[in-house]
Amino acid sequence: MERLDGNALGGTLYELFGVEMTVATGVCASCGAAEQVARLDVYVNAPGAVARCPHCGSVVLRIVEGRGRVWIDLSGASCLELGSPPGI
Amino acid sequence: MNRVLWQIAEVTGAVQETPTVRTLILDAPDWPGHRAGQHLDVRLTAEDGYQAQRSYSIASAPEDGLAVTVERLDDGEASPYLVDELRKGDRLELRGPIGGYFVWDGDDNRPVLLIAGGSGIVPLMAMIRHRSSVESEAPFRLLYSSRTYGDVIYREELERLAAEDWLEVFHTLTRAQPQGWSGYARRIDAELLREVAWPPGKNAAVFVCGSTRFVDAAADGLVQLGYDPLSIKTERFGATG
Repeated sequence: MERLDGNALGGTLYELFGVEMTVATGVCASCGAAEQVARLDVYVNAPGAVARCPHCGSVVLRIVEGRGRVWIDLSGASCLELGSPPGI
Repeated sequence: MNRVLWQIAEVTGAVQETPTVRTLILDAPDWPGHRAGQHLDVRLTAEDGYQAQRSYSIASAPEDGLAVTVERLDDGEASPYLVDELRKGDRLELRGPIGGYFVWDGDDNRPVLLIAGGSGIVPLMAMIRHRSSVESEAPFRLLYSSRTYGDVIYREELERLAAEDWLEVFHTLTRAQPQGWSGYARRIDAELLREVAWPPGKNAAVFVCGSTRFVDAAADGLVQLGYDPLSIKTERFGATG
């Protein structure tokens, strides 16, 4: 399966979170590495999209869209730091 | 909230860059403007409701309106339509601009090293075009890998811009070279990067865009030369078109 990077999730994440997310920083729950979303290893051909930590390979983020719903699994990220959406 | 929502854009012009690559000039009334290096998502809907969504890099500088450059992948779902079928006056759905990581804003005077594989040139061209029209001290170097001479996107514009003292362009042609070719003729490797890249001590900003294999080879080569991995910004594109 082809490995891309977090830039490929930019549009989807922006729509979900309401802010530019490729510069958001995620902390891997497995190894503790902090990386910007753009630097994560991303696979978009899985059922949904999977983002993995570039240091330890653990899954940090999963997004599945379908039938008018979206599922976001962030259990692999111990923290996500993003710019405040406008108005907050 | 300032959501990025889908909007309708109209094709107002098209430029055939190479036999397989076309630039679409778009008029998007609700476009909020963009930064050099950003991309947008295009969504195509078939008559039966089936939708295909793809990301394309913005080719135009922020001050020059909105244009994307698309390469046709023959087994792709979206790119054959965008390159071969779409006509002036047609409309398409897009979302953007997207990305805040792989961008160059013109207010950074560090040297800039751009490394492009094939259509990975597109977001880097937006940066070059932006550099050509803003007040900046930043020297630019572009290393651009293409299969053949005929596959070089923006060739004449790059030649013209390279005559200015802030831009140096280095081509490598990996599959075939015209007679008398004086550029490089092999895939990017550490030795080639050593000849072209700024020395690591120059603290250059680096942008690498291309296929995953290309980007990994270029980034690994730069790290071997002593570049800080954090100074190398990369964007990989997939083979689903």
